[in-house]
Amino acid sequence: MPHLSLIEQSLVTGLLSGGLYGLLALGLSMSWGLLRLVNIGHFAMALLGAYLTWFMGTQLGIAPWLSGPIIIAAFFLYGIALHWVFMRFGVTEMQSMLITFALAVIVEASIQTLWTADFRRFETPWGRQSWIAGSLYVPKLNLLAFLVAALLAASTWAWLRYTYVGRALRACAEDAPIATAFGINHRGLSFLLSGLCAAYAAVAGLFIALVATLAPSEIWTWIGVVFAVVIIGRLGNPLGALAGGILIGVCEALTMAMVNPSWAPLVSFSVLIALLLFRPRWI
Amino acid sequence: MPTKTRLSRWSRRQVVAGLGGLAAYAAIRPARAEAPSGAPIKIGQALALTGPFAQTGLVHKIVSEYFVERLNKHGGLLGRPVEYTLLDDQSKPDVSRTLYERLITSDKVDLILGPYGTASILAAMGVAQRYRKVFIQNTMGISALATYEWHFSALVSGPEPQHTLPNKILDCYASTGNPPKTIAVVTSKFPSAEDMTKGMQLVAKDRGLTEVAFLEYDVGNRDYGPIAARIKDADPDFMFMGCLGVEGNQLLEALSQVGYSPKRHFYLYPSGLLAAYPPADRALSLTNFEDVPPYTASPEGAEFAAAFDAKAKEQGLPYPYVDSQAGNEYSGWQILVAAVTATKSLDDKTLAQWLDQNSVDTLAGRRNFKGKWHTSEADLQQMRQAQKGRWVAVFPQDKATPGVKLIAP
Repeated sequence: MPHLSLIEQSLVTGLLSGGLYGLLALGLSMSWGLLRLVNIGHFAMALLGAYLTWFMGTQLGIAPWLSGPIIIAAFFLYGIALHWVFMRFGVTEMQSMLITFALAVIVEASIQTLWTADFRRFETPWGRQSWIAGSLYVPKLNLLAFLVAALLAASTWAWLRYTYVGRALRACAEDAPIATAFGINHRGLSFLLSGLCAAYAAVAGLFIALVATLAPSEIWTWIGVVFAVVIIGRLGNPLGALAGGILIGVCEALTMAMVNPSWAPLVSFSVLIALLLFRPRWI
Repeated sequence: MPTKTRLSRWSRRQVVAGLGGLAAYAAIRPARAEAPSGAPIKIGQALALTGPFAQTGLVHKIVSEYFVERLNKHGGLLGRPVEYTLLDDQSKPDVSRTLYERLITSDKVDLILGPYGTASILAAMGVAQRYRKVFIQNTMGISALATYEWHFSALVSGPEPQHTLPNKILDCYASTGNPPKTIAVVTSKFPSAEDMTKGMQLVAKDRGLTEVAFLEYDVGNRDYGPIAARIKDADPDFMFMGCLGVEGNQLLEALSQVGYSPKRHFYLYPSGLLAAYPPADRALSLTNFEDVPPYTASPEGAEFAAAFDAKAKEQGLPYPYVDSQAGNEYSGWQILVAAVTATKSLDDKTLAQWLDQNSVDTLAGRRNFKGKWHTSEADLQQMRQAQKGRWVAVFPQDKATPGVKLIAP
């Protein structure tokens, strides 16, 4: 039987990993749920954001809190441009998946060309630092990523629920023609949302750069688990994305601590299948 | 005439002495190789220049290009220039197989050298076997899979590294008079890492160590936090990690985050970067070439180390120092050149027969191919330790870097 301290530490680690899953899932969930676009390129953009953070930090000497806003703004504009292309060519849900998959491949190849396939690590003074609470160690950067994920998820949820723009976006997702008939500028709002989703990818990328080792092929390592998180958390539900991320993160960490680390990749889809079988109300 | 006057000052004795001096200089000056001439000898190789193994592939590329450049500067091979064809297998075994087909059938190279990585080597070896080409490789992790009779390993890990390596590690720690009593084994599920890890477990059990943790993780594992928590919980005397590339750095980072530093730790196939990573101080790994003495004691070793370091810095390698990865590629070339030079032949059968019967001087020392599957007869590898950001040789003691001692509790 594992020691209690081991289980407690694994819970902390899982919770924090779940925050990063939730952060990555946020943009994908919003895009899929409210724009009906399955954006696989979201992972590639998150990794591109991570590489840009690393590049600006290590090669240009720009600290992440300064490079972050620049990258986020650039990605917001990219999101708008991407959505313009989708609107211009009338891309459907299924087509969006194929097109953004191709986009992810192009981004991966571009990253590899620009920065080679070498592993890259953004070393910062806080990378190995933790706060100590009793027997628990809480890595500072992972905690920061979790707090940002929670803040973004909560504010996005409140924005969708309590503001006119948010309610209009939800109405458009339900029935765009009827919403338009009621005077909602569906087109303008969808540009805004697409820009936000891309900006979320930039935020996720910022933290990936700070807590993980980068390699171009990393794009594909996140896909399976984050898709499971999005579905568990329910499409278009920001708080659900965070909760799904935490659920998967904690289950993975406990599996690694109590069974064997090699079992962890089975967790995300096992949890998803179990939830789909038992169909709780939120799915 | 002034010229005549000047000449007349020289006595016959002075002229004779001058000529004698010139003759003596001609006799002792370094022999300058004649420029190679004739049709080039084509040597082909595919390496992982892109994809996940590109970081290591680049090390091999630098070595191969340097070796050919040096060879041509020193008279070529059999007096002929060497033309090197390098292709990119994208870190994919299926691409590697296709590229070796191309090298042999379309590019019509005279000789081939193996690619980087066990899976690509196996794929390329099948092609070499089909066309009956001598196949020298230097990075195969599982020697027992190299069953082609004209395969020759440039590695000096012997035929059973899964047995000799773990013993060497434990002998190394035993030499301090304070051998470990408990072991935690952490390994990637990558085949060659798993193979060595099983050996480590068996040897540790035979030598009376208690295994306090056995943790396997998948290739591409993202989260080392729970693994670190389990190692901390087990608190072993010695942690063996069957890792590849930066996995070692990732685990050490996670261990730092939970406030734990392993007492003694070994990494199987780490990235060169590991030595420069502060939490890796005192980490052990394998080697047979580094850019420190005793490896740089020979003129060729010193020249190679200096040239590699310069090229590595120029190409922006994260750890810009020569190590055993580069040394193994160099040894592969030395073996091929030795066989061709000795037999004066490019015939694969002749080369294979010669290698089967003879020994070759390489950077890793004099070695033969008497081991099973044409590996070295004995395990000639040494242990290196990360000290102050660099790898240094620490064991066996007669092969240790001068002035350096193994640091272990």
